[in-house]
Amino acid sequence: MTFAGWFTIGAFAVVLTVLALPLGTYMAKVYTGDRVFLSPILSGPERFLYRLMRVDAERQQDWKSYAKSLLIFSLAGWLFLYFVLRTQDAFFVPHALNPLGYHSPPANVTFNIVSSFLTNTNWQYYGGETTMSYLSQMIGLTVQNWLSAGVGIVVAVALIRGIVGRSGKGLGNFWHDMVRTILYVLGPLSVISALVIASQGVIANLSTYLTVHTITGLEQKIAMGPVASQEAIKDLGSNGGGFFNVNAAHPFENPTSFTNFFLILLVLIIPAALIFMYGRMTGNRRQGYAIYAVVIFMFLGGASVAYIAEAHGSPAQHAAGLHTGVIAGSGGGNLEGKEQRNGIAGSALFDVATTVTSNGSVNSSIESYTGIGGAVPFANLSASEVIFGGVGTGLYSILLYVLLAVFIGGLMVGRTPEWLGKKIEAREIKLAGLGILITPLAALFGTALAVATKGGRASISEVATSAGKLGIHTPQAFSESFYAYLSQANNNGSAFPGYTGLIQPNAGNLGAHGITFADVLGGLVMLFSRYAPILFALAVAGALVGKRVTPAGLGTMRTDNGTFAVLLIGVIILVGALTFFPALLLGPIVQGLTGHLY
Amino acid sequence: MKTWQRDTITSILAIIVFAILTGLIYPLAITGISQVAFPGDANGQQIHLDGKLVGSKSIGQSFARPVIGKNGKPEEKEEELVTEPDPRYFQSRPSATEGGAYNAAASTFSNHGPNSVKTKEADEEKIKAYLELNTAPNKQEYDPGLTVARIPVDAVNSSASGLDPDISKANAWIQAHRIAAIRDLSLATVDGLIAKYTSGRGLGFSGEEAVNVLELNLALDRVTRGTS
Repeated sequence: MTFAGWFTIGAFAVVLTVLALPLGTYMAKVYTGDRVFLSPILSGPERFLYRLMRVDAERQQDWKSYAKSLLIFSLAGWLFLYFVLRTQDAFFVPHALNPLGYHSPPANVTFNIVSSFLTNTNWQYYGGETTMSYLSQMIGLTVQNWLSAGVGIVVAVALIRGIVGRSGKGLGNFWHDMVRTILYVLGPLSVISALVIASQGVIANLSTYLTVHTITGLEQKIAMGPVASQEAIKDLGSNGGGFFNVNAAHPFENPTSFTNFFLILLVLIIPAALIFMYGRMTGNRRQGYAIYAVVIFMFLGGASVAYIAEAHGSPAQHAAGLHTGVIAGSGGGNLEGKEQRNGIAGSALFDVATTVTSNGSVNSSIESYTGIGGAVPFANLSASEVIFGGVGTGLYSILLYVLLAVFIGGLMVGRTPEWLGKKIEAREIKLAGLGILITPLAALFGTALAVATKGGRASISEVATSAGKLGIHTPQAFSESFYAYLSQANNNGSAFPGYTGLIQPNAGNLGAHGITFADVLGGLVMLFSRYAPILFALAVAGALVGKRVTPAGLGTMRTDNGTFAVLLIGVIILVGALTFFPALLLGPIVQGLTGHLY
Repeated sequence: MKTWQRDTITSILAIIVFAILTGLIYPLAITGISQVAFPGDANGQQIHLDGKLVGSKSIGQSFARPVIGKNGKPEEKEEELVTEPDPRYFQSRPSATEGGAYNAAASTFSNHGPNSVKTKEADEEKIKAYLELNTAPNKQEYDPGLTVARIPVDAVNSSASGLDPDISKANAWIQAHRIAAIRDLSLATVDGLIAKYTSGRGLGFSGEEAVNVLELNLALDRVTRGTS
């Protein structure tokens, strides 16, 4: 470990907080319909979009109507993306946008990819540069990078409106919220950050792949593409689907140690700002600060554990005789599957930032993390993406936990639980409880099916786990399978990359075939654990919005102080640990504790 | 009109509108602006030598050379060139890309698990190769007293992308002894070049110092040819 490493983690927390505060204020104005500094430029285009889409942006929707619009819109997006990917080599695709003439990916893997991008998961069984044309990357995948992020955010906004709403049943208007999210929030942030990273070496072109003749007489082919635009929204929108197979480890996605820091900021900036926005919209900023304290504490805890574990090195390195300490000119540590320029701290921080949020982008291979270092992303996912979480999804998920904590706190002090002046009753708790339990349920059922069946075991990598037949019975093999369904259920998308659902003998999908079991099960897990919690969150909003607000009395339990923050941490850890601890023991923890080689 | 019908029409229109806005206008505008404002970066920081493309500054490459067989032609095994590290050049990190090391058309992780016997064996193999490469024909190490304990991790562990353009300074300093001996340069000259092509930590603290191998090797050739 180095001073610079620890400084990076600390400085990151400070910079993030300082930038997220004003963004949260700005977003609160965007969603309450106030004028913001961009209104003079954007209100014209905004009205134009409403006209094009034939939307009455003033019409208030109750929770069912809001949910209906959201679901139909998502279905349309699903079909559109499926069409784009399956017609990748059709006659109407211009050659310039498919310069290598790639065929379409097989149907089963396309089902997985489409479900994955629709649900903001961006789980990738494919490698971008060997599977996707430029047109598919742009009008297919990039579009859902924007829209799935937008859907997450508007659900969080609707839930907040339900919590603070004082009259009637309206949660706002879905189309109005979507358009404003794209135009006022994601738009400006994406354009600015895409240009920043493009100026640092993230490529942005439509050239065909380069052929290099090296000075030692070899030939090298280099993949190209319109990367900068997709990279920016990928990180801002908790998407995480890399343009290239190795995602943000690729020097064209993440060329320098500065862009590495910058990309981590992009990953967390909106989830952090949303928490402050929540405080603003409730009229009591301390409500937001209390939640922020909880998540930043858990985030820094995870980052520290991962940094310490990775700096220590892996059992395999030590058995081979390598020294993994810091020496002059080298930071040491477990550098297997990590890039020199990012180092251990820059890799660990990226890894934790993208697994606490549902981002799932990686700049290093989680497969190669040490047992304990790799247990951190597991733990983050086991907390059901509430530590910051994905854009919107994180906020609505943690608000369901807040509801649960209020209820438990109320039981402990023996009073009717109240939240921001509203009585919490059986209906809300049932809905919140179901919303919280859907994700773990999907993750554990998926894993159980995958490890217990022949079809599921076909996806396990032999290289990663160890030689021969023993391979699929090692802790690493269990970790791979478990992580795959944990990640897809949490709509995260990061992976132990050895686990596969696509066999691709050649670039461009000729002769490629998917592994149906993994593709379909994964797709269903993603869809189910995305839309079911959304419906429960909206239903909670619907149940809360009509409730009368009673002024806080002496006996009201406060939700904006340290005591409550500690209670909330306890509830999150309790739910996550009780659900996942047995499974975690079988995989990463046993590897981390024993140091045994398999 | 029922609400689901109205939602369906709006959804279809919205997908079309957003697809054009975020799937065509946005990426093409960013790409266009970058092509004008940062053409070098937007096209991958290509490096040309005597009018030929020899690489990208961002993308690592293999500095191995084809093995010439007894018949005077490059040897092949299973339709792939047989190569060996070219000792005159700094060697990049191990790469696990599909279709041979440093295949920048198919980036791949090594997928070596932390507790895997295979990882240990792969590490041992690379340690052996590194020690061999840095040992002179007279069985003396170029860098006196080089043992496994002194080998920095980046020289043995595969990078994440398989395309890492950089090595650590410690790795470069060890290889500098070999380069200096073979190219008949002073160690100070080579170390000076290493310092020149080392990028510092981003913002002063982020990441690690990194030596760009391609730039360094090109500079070596210039020094040797006396054209720098």
